[in-house]
Amino acid sequence: MKKTLFDKIWDAHIVESIPNGPDILYIDKHLIHEVTSPQAFNELKERDVPVFRPDKIVATADHNTPTENQHLPVKDLLSRKQLKELTQNCEENNITLYGLGHPYNGIVHVMAPELGITQPGMTIVCGDSHTSTHGAFGTIAFGIGTSQVTQVFASQCLLVEKPKKLRVNVNGKLKKGVLPKDVILYIISKLGTNSGTGYFCEYAGNVFEEMSMEGRMTVCNMSIEMGARGGLIAPDETTFEYVKDREFAPKGEEFERLKAHWKTLKTDDDAKFDQEYEFEAEDIEPMITYGTNPGMGIKITGMIPLEGNKSDAKALHYMNFKPGEILLEKPINYIFIGSCTNSRIEDFRVAASYIKGKQKAKNVNALIVPGSQQVAVQIKKEGLDKIFEEAGFTLRQPGCSACLAMNDDKIPEGEYCVSTSNRNFEGRQGPGSRTILASPLTAAAVAIAGKITDFTKQLN
Amino acid sequence: MEKFTTLTATAVPLDSENVDTDQIIPARFLKATDKAGFGDNLFRDWRYDKTGEPNKDFVLNDPTYKGSILVAGNNFGCGSSREHAAWALKAYGFKVVISSYFADIFKGNALNNGLLPVQVSPDYLYKLFTAITANPSEEIKIDLENQLVSINSSGESEKFEIDTYKKTCLINGYDDIDFLTSKLERIKEYEQKRSVSEKEMDKIAN
Ligand code: SF4
Repeated sequence: MKKTLFDKIWDAHIVESIPNGPDILYIDKHLIHEVTSPQAFNELKERDVPVFRPDKIVATADHNTPTENQHLPVKDLLSRKQLKELTQNCEENNITLYGLGHPYNGIVHVMAPELGITQPGMTIVCGDSHTSTHGAFGTIAFGIGTSQVTQVFASQCLLVEKPKKLRVNVNGKLKKGVLPKDVILYIISKLGTNSGTGYFCEYAGNVFEEMSMEGRMTVCNMSIEMGARGGLIAPDETTFEYVKDREFAPKGEEFERLKAHWKTLKTDDDAKFDQEYEFEAEDIEPMITYGTNPGMGIKITGMIPLEGNKSDAKALHYMNFKPGEILLEKPINYIFIGSCTNSRIEDFRVAASYIKGKQKAKNVNALIVPGSQQVAVQIKKEGLDKIFEEAGFTLRQPGCSACLAMNDDKIPEGEYCVSTSNRNFEGRQGPGSRTILASPLTAAAVAIAGKITDFTKQLN
Repeated sequence: MEKFTTLTATAVPLDSENVDTDQIIPARFLKATDKAGFGDNLFRDWRYDKTGEPNKDFVLNDPTYKGSILVAGNNFGCGSSREHAAWALKAYGFKVVISSYFADIFKGNALNNGLLPVQVSPDYLYKLFTAITANPSEEIKIDLENQLVSINSSGESEKFEIDTYKKTCLINGYDDIDFLTSKLERIKEYEQKRSVSEKEMDKIAN
C-alpha cells in the first residue's frame, strides 16, 4: 500500500494496536519542562511507579524563568519552587536537565533541535502544544497533557488513536519580505483555527523544500493553531546538513547509515490524504492578525473583513478594532521578537538587517528575547546585539517570556503588541493585552516606524 | 480514577465559541506544582474584573445557573495543551462539558481526568442552549453506557461518540497508566525488535 511520510513513521512505532481502540505508540524522545511535569512526577510517586526510560527524556526550564539576572535566585517564589521541583525530580529520576544558566538551556522547541536531539523519523512528545515544531525534521512530534506525560514516564509509550492525514501544498515564488511566518499565518487565515482538528498535516511543495530548517520550524510550530495535532515536512539534504555534527546527532558511519534510512522517509507518489489544500506563493504577503485567534489574519495592507459572526465581534471589541478598518498607520507601543516560533538566529538576523543604522520610534518598547543560550551567544558573536542596542531595543536572556506572560515580561492592559509569537488569545501576553501576530521582519519594521507600516517598499 | 456511568444534572450555559485554555485557566496560575486549587481561578479573567470583584455579566457569577454540566460553544478547549484546564473545570465541580467541537488535546486531557467531553451536533447544541436558558432548572441526562445525551423535559436526545477503549476506562474507573504499565513486557520486546531491525537496516545501507 502507498504510504504517506506520516504513516511510515507512525507504523514503525506501533508496539501494539488495540482492536477498536488506540495504538500503543512508542516514543523516542520525551522533552519536559517545569510547568507541565511536576504533577506527573507526583502521580508516579503516588502510584509508586518508576520512570521507565530516563535516558530518553531531556528537561529544560523555560516557561516560567526570568529573562533578566538569571544568575540570581529567581525572585518569584512560586516560580522558584517550580524550578526547584524540576531540578529535584530530574535528579531523583536520572533525567538530563539543562536548567537555568546552563549553556544548553532554552525554550524546549529551540534547544532540542539545535542540540541534534531532534532527528528525522523519530516520535517526540512534550507537555506543550508547540511540540509540533519538531515536525520540521520529518518527525512525528506533538503536544501532550500532563496525564500523558505520566504515561510516557511510566512506559515510554502513549495510547493514541492514529490521526487523519492532511496535506498543504504551497508552490511558486515567495515575494520579497514574505517570511515563513507569513506563509503559515496565511495558511491559517485561509483554513481557520479548527480545520486541522483530528489531522496531522504534511507541508509540501517547493516553498517548503526551499525553506531553511529554521523557517520550516516556524511553519510546523503553528500547525497546532489550525487545530492539527502536528505538522511535518519530509527530510531532505537541508535537514541532514542541519542535523549533522550537532552535539547529540549520530556521528560518522552511524550518521551515514541513518541518513540512508532518513532518505526513505517521504510520501509515496499516489499516497492518499484525507484532505488536501493548495496555495500559491505569489498570493502571500506580509501578514498581521487583527483578532483573538491566529486564524484572524490579513495582509498588512489589508482590511478587517466586514462580515463576521458573534465571536468575531467579541474579538474585535477586545482588540478595539472595527470591521472594515485598515490597520496601516495604527500606532503601536510594544513589539516582541521571541518565542519558540521566531527566536532562532535567522529571525534575529533578518530583524537586525532591517534595523541596522535605524532607531526605534520613541513610543515603542522593543523586547528581544533569544530562544536559547546558544542563540544568545550567536547573537553576540555576530554583533547583532550592538545593532539592537544602538537602535534602542532591549535584549534579554532566553526563555518563553512575553509569549505567555508567566514571568514579569507582560504587555500592559489595553496596549497593542506586534509579536512574533504564535497566540493572540485574550490576555495571552498579560491581562488585557492586545496581540498582533507577525513575522520578525514586520515586528522590526513596526518598531522603527512606531506604527503598522508597509515596509515592503523599503526593501531592496 | 472516579467511575462514570450516568449523570443527571442542571447545566451552566457558556455561549462563547473557541474558548481557549488560556481563558479556562490563564498562564499566570500555572505555577502550582500540584493539581489542587485550580477551580478558584477557572475562567479567572472573565469571572473577575481588574479589582478582583466578580463580573456580574459572566455566567458563572449568575445565580440563575448551577450544575455540574457545562454547555459551551463550538471548538471548546483550543490552544495550549495545559491539563490545568481540565483540572480547573473538574475542581470547580463540572463533570461533563458539552460542545459541538472539542480541540484534540483538551479532549484527551479531559478524559484522562474523568471529565466527560460530550460532542453533539450544532443543532442539538442549540436546542440545549435554548432549553437551559428557557428553564435554568432543566435537567440534562448523560448516559455513558448507551452514549446518549437527553433533555429531560422534552425527552429530546442525541447519541454521542466516544472511543470504545476510553469508554471502558471511564465506566470501570481505570486509566491509561494502569493499562500501559501492564504492557511493559510487550514494550520491552518492541524495543528489542527495533534495535535488531536497526542493525538489519545497517546491513542494507552498507
Ligand atoms: S515560547 Fe510560548 S508557545 Fe513556545 S513553548 Fe514557550 S510558552 Fe509555549
